[in-house]
Amino acid sequence: MATTTGTARAGSDLPQVVREPVNRTHVALHVLLIAGSAVMLLPFFWMLSTSLKYPPEIFTYPPTWIPNTIAWDNYPNALTAVPFDRYYLNSLIIAVSVVFLQLTTSSLSAFAFARLRFAGRDKLFTIWLATLMIPFPVLLIPNFVIVRSLGWYDSYQALIIPPAFSAFSTFLLRQHYRGIPLEMDDAARIDGASSFRIWWQIMLPMSKTTLAAVAIFVFLGSWNEFLWPLVITYRDEMRTIPVGLSKFQGQFNTRWELLMAGAVTAMLPILIVYMMAQKWFIRGITITGMGGR
Amino acid sequence: MRSNAPVSRMERFRLRAGLGRWNPGQQSEAWIFLIPGLTGFVIFVLIPIVMSMGVSLTKWDLLGPPEFVGIANYVELLTRDRVFGRVLVNTLYYTVVIAPLQLGLGLTLATALNQQIRAMSFYRLIYFMPVVTNIVAAALVFQWLLNRDFGIISSIIWDIAERYGVPVQPPDWINNPIWSKPAVVLLTLWKNVGFTMVIYLAGLQGVPEALYDAARVDGANGWQRFRYVTIPMVSPITFFLLVIQMIGAFQLFAEPFVLFGGEPPQSTLSIVYYIWQNAFEFFRMGKATAIAWLLFAIIFVVTFIQLRLQRRWVHYEV
Repeated sequence: MATTTGTARAGSDLPQVVREPVNRTHVALHVLLIAGSAVMLLPFFWMLSTSLKYPPEIFTYPPTWIPNTIAWDNYPNALTAVPFDRYYLNSLIIAVSVVFLQLTTSSLSAFAFARLRFAGRDKLFTIWLATLMIPFPVLLIPNFVIVRSLGWYDSYQALIIPPAFSAFSTFLLRQHYRGIPLEMDDAARIDGASSFRIWWQIMLPMSKTTLAAVAIFVFLGSWNEFLWPLVITYRDEMRTIPVGLSKFQGQFNTRWELLMAGAVTAMLPILIVYMMAQKWFIRGITITGMGGR
Repeated sequence: MRSNAPVSRMERFRLRAGLGRWNPGQQSEAWIFLIPGLTGFVIFVLIPIVMSMGVSLTKWDLLGPPEFVGIANYVELLTRDRVFGRVLVNTLYYTVVIAPLQLGLGLTLATALNQQIRAMSFYRLIYFMPVVTNIVAAALVFQWLLNRDFGIISSIIWDIAERYGVPVQPPDWINNPIWSKPAVVLLTLWKNVGFTMVIYLAGLQGVPEALYDAARVDGANGWQRFRYVTIPMVSPITFFLLVIQMIGAFQLFAEPFVLFGGEPPQSTLSIVYYIWQNAFEFFRMGKATAIAWLLFAIIFVVTFIQLRLQRRWVHYEV
């Protein structure tokens, strides 16, 4: 908190130098925040350090913080022990498709709910919202059965189509569209624009920030999803990074250098993207996390 | 009818232009917009909800036809299944421990970062980093981090013990039932504290500075300003976070699954893990869906209670 230490001391008749006083509270805060940061970074550091050690050094006591000899070959070894490149490709294809499809279906429905009039609109929307209370595990087994009966078990469709719809994204976008002035639609309609054109040329361009926020949120969700891909995939070449990594753990459960190299590989790209676009990630999580407010 | 009501010029204009009127053309148009979303909603949400209710009343191994058993699955879970009892206790532990710690730490960090402190976005970058990482990779790292013999946490504890002559031993997080739950808690906190922090930070930035000034004029010190201005002003966010953190804690899965190498000890089993195990290891679909509905019931009741209780402590701006 802003305390005013060290200013205007009695007895000093020198003119006050305009200088920011050393704020003791801030110093204390920095000390605490740096200590906290060290705790937050420790797992990352330990992961990186182990991923660059040769096995004998991993099992020495006391553990070394920095590897004596850097074992770069852990990375090629880990990445070829299982088809990591395939896991990556799968995760990427799935996340990008899910983001694109979910944004499309959600924003179309959201537009109907926010702007068009039709019988039963509010009832339908209430049902839509109410299903948000149902946790995914309730839907897990029926979804498994439905996807299997569609012949999609262990395929991209199974990993992409069910998550391509979301009541939550629909809700967020509907809230956002309702905030856009109605006069915009009116003006366009008078000029003869169709509803589709209003959606495409007015609503979407005016929702870029919200769409980006939802996109980041959906991407992270898809990229990190574990339960659904775990149950719906079977072949190694259909696995995503999280599932691949957990199977990898089962196969090499004491080869820590390989496991940590795998973990680094799984984390690194998204961390790099995050560091370059921190603002967008934070905004995305804030907007979606607070229900569109 | 509308015609007799006084109509403003603007309204008359809008009606004449065919705006805001109930027109049948818009009806069918609306359904075109809805079809993609609605199809998915029906196939992957509505039908599964109904199916799931049905399946929970059967005995079904996915291969043969399901056999109707009434509420036998629920009865078994609530009266005879010892493991389910353990699972519920574990879940209660996770919820009661994780949610308050998460909120407390998140609010503390957000308050610290909201002091016009230098390097604020740097700290935020670091504390938020685990949120974007993969939970499986993170759990894998924690499994190794907490390894009793060669993990860095053990080594730090030994160091401290030696230096100060304290007779403490590093706990066996992974194999000791007393320490296995805290291991899950640590992982969850590390992974999610950045999220609560960021949400609180957004909330704090919305607290009018004038309130703090008023409190200062009244002679409130830093702690009092925090206690009597900040906490009530962010209470709607606290409520919201409390609800979603509890729902999250009810649904831990990857955390215990990966942290214990795919075979979590009974002391760490979560509800969702138990659902997965019954469905895809024991092939008891009926029982698994019955557990899922019990999970829903628990979430529903807890959320309802919180909605009731919020009137006592959540402060909404009028």
